[in-house]
Amino acid sequence: MVKLQGFRVDAPAGGSPATGDKERKAMATHQRIDVSKTGDVSVVRLLDQKILDETAIQELGAELFSLVEVDNRKAILLDFEGVEFLSSAALGKLITFDRKVKTAKGRLKMCGISPGILEVFQVTKLNKVFDIRDDLAEALAAF
Amino acid sequence: MAEQPPAGAWQRSVDLPSERGASRLVTDELLEQLGAHGWPPDDIFAIHLAAEEALVNAVVHGNRLDPAKRVHVECLISGQLVRLEITDEGEGFDPASVPDCTLEERLESPSGRGVMLMRSFMTRIEYNERGNSVLLEKRRGDPPAAEPPAPGQSS
Repeated sequence: MVKLQGFRVDAPAGGSPATGDKERKAMATHQRIDVSKTGDVSVVRLLDQKILDETAIQELGAELFSLVEVDNRKAILLDFEGVEFLSSAALGKLITFDRKVKTAKGRLKMCGISPGILEVFQVTKLNKVFDIRDDLAEALAAF
Repeated sequence: MAEQPPAGAWQRSVDLPSERGASRLVTDELLEQLGAHGWPPDDIFAIHLAAEEALVNAVVHGNRLDPAKRVHVECLISGQLVRLEITDEGEGFDPASVPDCTLEERLESPSGRGVMLMRSFMTRIEYNERGNSVLLEKRRGDPPAAEPPAPGQSS
């Protein structure tokens, strides 16, 4: 082992790793969704191609719920474009999200759903619970 | 009587740990093999979904994430048939006791859709008597069970 005298790795003055983590967390944006505004409508794009990993589903749920519970958004469009797969655990989060939006007297619509996922919604009759539109333009026009 | 595996079939026997995310240890390879055996994307979606639901059920509900328990998976994939047998070490359950999630009063329940999805997307699904092992089969060319009747095609 060589001990180097006179060399020092620069550490942030007065900073501890814990402070750094906290700052990073506060700055962190969404990991699972991308949110933009079109008029009054919050357009929420789901970023995962496959929504099946338990941790990802938990995170997705938390991020979606915060749109209603923290941001107080009233008109939300969930855009599934690019989502290829989701499991029943993800359906659970979507149902809870839909319920939270309705309870808050908001409106939720969905669009860009692939044929496979649409079939999942049809089999489980969730197409009767969710307001599903063919594409982004039609969904936006329906708000 | 067990059928002879078709020529060129891929077979695999795996034991998975009872932890979240364990399904990937088998589904990644499954997806690769389905593609290699020429299964169309719609069927791959269906089989992937059914496998995922069955594996999560086994790990979470069957073995209750007990690290001492394993989930045993037998896979067979040929160009015409996919067969998956997934067995956990739990007490088993009665699939008939799972309430119908499409009933009006249960439509918004956030859970209880896995078994229904497996039933709809596969050709055959059978539980053993104890209810800790499920057999899933998909035959090539079967119409999806959930396909709504196509209008204008009755003649």
